[in-house]
Order: sequence, then structure tokens, then C-alpha cells
Amino acid sequence: MLILHCPCCGVYADETELAPGGEAHLTRHGPGSSDEAFTSYLFARKNPRGVHFERWRHAHGCGKWFHAARDTATLEVFGTYSAQTTEPPKAIRDAIAKRRPGWTWRGIA
Amino acid sequence: MSEPVSALNHAAFDGLVEIEECGLQGMIILRGDLSARAVRSAATGATGAKMPGPREVQTNGAKALCWMSPDELLILCDYSFVAQAIEGMNKALNGVHALAVDMSDARTMFRLTGAAARDVMAKLTPADVSPQALQPGQIRRSRLAQVSAAFWLEDDMTFRVVCFRSVARYTFDLLCTAARPGSDVDYFNAPAAP
Repeated sequence: MLILHCPCCGVYADETELAPGGEAHLTRHGPGSSDEAFTSYLFARKNPRGVHFERWRHAHGCGKWFHAARDTATLEVFGTYSAQTTEPPKAIRDAIAKRRPGWTWRGIA
Repeated sequence: MSEPVSALNHAAFDGLVEIEECGLQGMIILRGDLSARAVRSAATGATGAKMPGPREVQTNGAKALCWMSPDELLILCDYSFVAQAIEGMNKALNGVHALAVDMSDARTMFRLTGAAARDVMAKLTPADVSPQALQPGQIRRSRLAQVSAAFWLEDDMTFRVVCFRSVARYTFDLLCTAARPGSDVDYFNAPAAP
């Protein structure tokens, strides 16, 4: 069971209150991009064992999207943060580094 | 002209707690930047209640302001007062990016009264309804079994629950089942361990 802190309304929300939104920090490749970039944006997803970044929506609560950083193997949550960002904030990256030294995720560390 | 009725028209149940559908209840959703002065004064002006902070309910008699999300307020008032309240708010919100909509007939409100009210709610929701986490004046939006609901405590024995009208019967049946005599849990009322 996963309990995530919603940074929008401040509630500690149970997994069943939330709707999963898949991998976070995707770069959209739309019209004008190469076929490879578009295919990768549309279909290629990380499925790591360990540190992962995801989007979640507080569907039964305030209805807002947010980001979560967690470990897919241990379900340890490193932190949640605003959806209005294109990369994990430093505080989150530091929190992960403390628990998982040497972690990387899609070139972020 | 036909008479407006609420979804369950004051359906009631007496078990571990008294459950009552509250009948016609004026509910207005106000969407906008809650830190904007015009939005705040529209909300407080319509109710006379103070502006609620995050996850708070501020009441003034039968009127109340409930904080629903960072950009949403639920305004409670008399069913007959809704049109007048919206008109007043629209005047205050003139030129501001905000929206006030009558949701009275799209929602249903229940009242749970009794010492076991927390226990009954705890059977249905994953939200923490312990006295440490939920006090009168605080609102929580969560889930009751399969449907979304918002609930808050009027006092230590009284819950108010708001859900969508389309699931009113489901929610009422849920609450009744959770409050069936003989199904006491006595978790929150249990005497302190010696």
C-alpha cells in the first residue's frame, strides 16, 4: 500500500484515493519531430527496479496532479512535489541520494 | 410548477448512528484564485463566514464555506437563497477569472449523528478520521467505498457528508450498512487501556 502526500491540498492520501498517471517528466514530441522521437515519446517507458518518478492525480480528493519519487521495489516514497516542473527539484534529488547513493534515472542524478 | 425534491427526500435510518438525508440544500461551487481579493470577498460576502484556510470549514449559522481544493470553494446556504447569492457573487466577481455555479441539485448531503459517527465513517473511507487527524471545522475529501465524497465534523458527534446526487442511494445504503445495529467497532470510543 502506498500513501502519498498531496502537495496541493496537504492530505496524506491512500493509493486508492489516487489515479496513477504513469511516468513523469516526459518531453512531448509532436508534429515536426522525427519518427524515432515521436515513437519514443509515445511508447517507450522506463520500468525500473528502484528509483522512479511518476505522475499521480488526487482523484477522489482535490483533483490536482502532482509528482512522486519512489522506489518501485521497496515502495519507499522519497517525496512528492508540484506538477508544474519539468525535472525533480533539488530537495527531492538530495533525499534520494541520501537513501540510494549513485542513483540515476533517464540521465538525472 | 413542479416542486423540487432532493435525491432521497429526507430518507432516514436509525442504527449505530442516526443517518439523515438533509433534503434540499443550497450548494454553490466557486472556482477561482482563492488568494484573489475579489474571490475572497465574493465568498465571505455571500455567507458572512470567514475565509477558510486549506482543508477548513467556516460556518455562519446555516451558511458555510468549505475549502475543496486550492482553487475551489463549496458554499452552503439555503436552497432558496442560491440564485440571490450567485447574483451577488457575480457582481463582486465582475472582470475576475472565476466562476460561481449552482450545484444544489447535482449533490446530496447526509448528516450522521451519534457517538459512533467516527467508527461508521472509518469503515467506509481510507481517510484518517481519528480525533488527532480530523477535528470539527476540518474537511476531508476522500472516498466512501467506491464513490467520492467530502465530509466534515459539525461537532464531535455529527458528520456531514456530501456526494454526487447520482450516487445518493448507493451512499445512503453504504452508510446504513456501516451503521447496522450489532456491527459496532468501538475503536474511537473504546475506554483507554489501563
